[in-house]
Amino acid sequence: MSADTLATAQPAVELEGITKRFPGVVANHDIRITVQPGTVHAIVGENGAGKSTLMKILYGMQRPDEGTIKVNGTPVSFRTPSDAIEAGIGMVHQHFMLADNFTVLENIVLGAEPKRFGKLDRAGARERITGLAETHGLRVDPDKLVENLGVGERQRVEILKVLYRGARILILDEPTAVLVPQEVEELFQNLRELKDEGLTVIFISHKLDEVLGIADAITVIRRGTTVASVDPREVTARQLAELMVGSELPTPETRESTVTDTVALTVAGLTMEADGHRRVPKGTSVSQYVDKLRADGVRLLLDDVSFEIRKGEILGIAGVEGNGQSELIEAIMGIRPTHGAVTLNGRDISAWSTLQRRESGIGYIPEDRHRQGLLLEAPLWENRVLGHQTRKLVPGKADKSRGLWVDRKAAKADTERIIRDYDVRTPGVDTLALALSGGNQQKLIVGREMSGEPSFLIAAHPTRGVDVGAQAAIWDHLRNARAAGLAVLLISADLDELIGLSDTIHVIYRGRLVAALDPSDVTPERLGGYMTGAIAGPEEA
Amino acid sequence: MPSGLNRALLTLAGAVVAIVVAIAVCSVAIVAAGGDPLHALAAFFDFGATDRAQANGIATLFNRAVPLFIAGLAVAIGFRMNLFNIGVEGQYRIAAICAAYVGSTFVAPAPIQIAVIIIVAMVVGGLYALIPAVMKVTRGVNEVISTIMLNYIAINVSAYLVRGPFTGERAEGQLTVSTQPLPPSGMFPDLNFVFGWFGLPAPTREGGLWGFLVMAIVLGVVIWAVLERTKFGFAIKASGLNDSAAQAAGIDAKRMVIAAMVFSGAIAGLIGLPEILGSTGSFGTTFTSGLGFLGIAVALLGRNKPAGIAVAALLFAFLDRAQGALQFANIPPSVIEIIQGAIVLLVVVANEVTNRFALRLEERRAARQLKVTA
Repeated sequence: MSADTLATAQPAVELEGITKRFPGVVANHDIRITVQPGTVHAIVGENGAGKSTLMKILYGMQRPDEGTIKVNGTPVSFRTPSDAIEAGIGMVHQHFMLADNFTVLENIVLGAEPKRFGKLDRAGARERITGLAETHGLRVDPDKLVENLGVGERQRVEILKVLYRGARILILDEPTAVLVPQEVEELFQNLRELKDEGLTVIFISHKLDEVLGIADAITVIRRGTTVASVDPREVTARQLAELMVGSELPTPETRESTVTDTVALTVAGLTMEADGHRRVPKGTSVSQYVDKLRADGVRLLLDDVSFEIRKGEILGIAGVEGNGQSELIEAIMGIRPTHGAVTLNGRDISAWSTLQRRESGIGYIPEDRHRQGLLLEAPLWENRVLGHQTRKLVPGKADKSRGLWVDRKAAKADTERIIRDYDVRTPGVDTLALALSGGNQQKLIVGREMSGEPSFLIAAHPTRGVDVGAQAAIWDHLRNARAAGLAVLLISADLDELIGLSDTIHVIYRGRLVAALDPSDVTPERLGGYMTGAIAGPEEA
Repeated sequence: MPSGLNRALLTLAGAVVAIVVAIAVCSVAIVAAGGDPLHALAAFFDFGATDRAQANGIATLFNRAVPLFIAGLAVAIGFRMNLFNIGVEGQYRIAAICAAYVGSTFVAPAPIQIAVIIIVAMVVGGLYALIPAVMKVTRGVNEVISTIMLNYIAINVSAYLVRGPFTGERAEGQLTVSTQPLPPSGMFPDLNFVFGWFGLPAPTREGGLWGFLVMAIVLGVVIWAVLERTKFGFAIKASGLNDSAAQAAGIDAKRMVIAAMVFSGAIAGLIGLPEILGSTGSFGTTFTSGLGFLGIAVALLGRNKPAGIAVAALLFAFLDRAQGALQFANIPPSVIEIIQGAIVLLVVVANEVTNRFALRLEERRAARQLKVTA
């Protein structure tokens, strides 16, 4: 790469008129971006604005329909990511792609193994990796197993992996999404060092404060096209946000409290073993059994989780992903067996099936709508039936329906209603669910879950991956339902959403609720401290 | 519902292309075997010179199609929720011998006699399918393996039963063994009178056109209604399309595995009845085998939908019927198996291709319509 000195005058990456057509989602239209070498260039935009598509194009995962890409002044046409790597472009994905049971060293060399006499040249690899790590200030222990690493360390491994393959241009796709504030600061320090080494960083995010803190240049994407290129020293977060959204900003803040005194849901001592559910031996109580598990060093996915949610209350659960949130939801839904008790409106539902729980008034917005929320290859009206297959499909009288048949007419009519009331953009009720964009799919799910007249709703990441309009609408629906007396368990990775919507926030860390906080006087930084275990000790709001 | 129509047309187009390509593949095979593809093609449509022969040919075609159709239905019920019931073969054999035996032990008025035989067949088939279902939900045993193993057991147990406890009186000089023949009240009335409507003489071979055809049509409609219109059918469909979502929706996965498997086995139990009730009146060593395996191909070809399975069963029966005619035309009849194999293979590929294409088309159509309204 000795041509670097010559190429410095050239932009590192130049995108001209990139257009990519896609059905159903916001794709790219006439994108123009110029990235100067040796800078951190941020690309900001709302979820679904088309940032990821753009990066996939730049990384050779997808080919543009129109437009040209120039790297260091040379026009390129990538067919596969290997072509992009060849040209010195590396990508750090939002979701890490590491083999857990390999060491850091093995993960870094995986796919580009240095060989000596036909064997992996560990010594040579170690030398290069330590060299790279030192020059760029990325501390890692090459012999540690990846499964023992924290999120921040894993990200450093991903970055090293890319550098190891000779990348001079790094794409980081939402790198801070999985990090807590302290780790973000550390990442930024690393990025600054990379920049000082002359590397170029393309930083994709929708978190404006972070972008303003790190970027040398910012390009804003809205509805699939570049709307502005700005200098971070000359804009405020507010101005950036307005460029991104193109209209007034929605806020998740709830106004007056609607919390009542009636308890809707009580969860007491929920405990789940990591290595599979076992029955409590006869003659011992659950708490004795759990104490024994702890004494035996059994890892617990849920460890004595207890809380109450009252009617009209939104209880938020904050936590870094993988600390027991999914298990908590599945325990309450009766999908996974647990120890402990769940009481809904005064009735003990611990032994009930998922179906009985749903029929008794639990609504469920799952964290992954494609996995748990939809039948993608079925029409919308059949998706309306899903989860309500044993009930009347008319809101207001969603009690059990008798008979053998699915009431197709009622299902279609009520799907029409959801489409109207929840502003689901679709050609009709017979359209397959997969043809809808993420936001519209999510609105359909929210509408469906609300139509069962729930007294308690689990909302897991209710606005993940949806556009800003849909996000505001979903927040509104949650707020209205809360005002109407719905009890909500909100689980979200979006701390602003949690702080804005919740009446109470619990922090979950390694399967335990470690803190109860009042959202009116908590900062994302403090939340982050609890989420990573940096701040220990319980705190009552 | 134009989008549904679109999908149906695409599917049909895919199947037609697959069949045409399969015939082309076979033509090559026929030429390699020293035959003339055009002769072979003519043989498929040659139902005989006389009216009687033609009537027999048509009856043979339908008599073959009926069990294939039922077998296809049985397999499709499992396929609908990604349960691979390979055990249809064993289920129908064990059900057939039990039904034939029970039916021969008593005499009752025809409706009762036939109803008892049918119920016994369904119960035995269902119970035999319950074994792999229970193994799957309690121990996680893959149903493909367990049903294949249970096929061997069923085949050998029925072979033992027909020679041992269930064997009937053997006529002097008869070399085959079979269960005691059913009383006349156990025989399903034939449909030979239909041929009269078309001015054809009644078929005579193997009892003419079996009356079970009517049962099969009713069964097809009932199964269509169960799968497409009932809550149970919805649960099967949801489990097949996305089992995590079905589970989150409160559909009990284990219960569904048991229900679908038993349902599939109960239908499988009926496969042998057209032959027993229509022609032989007993389960013997010459009882038609292999229908369960062919049912897999038929279900695949028919895309697990009753109407599609009916067409597929007729196609397979049409090909099978030509065995004799091909031999007369000096073409090895194994060509039929090549065609069947090629069709199934190509249809599976065509299904996958058209399915993806249809989904993409749907996405595009939705996007376009939205743009128009936006």
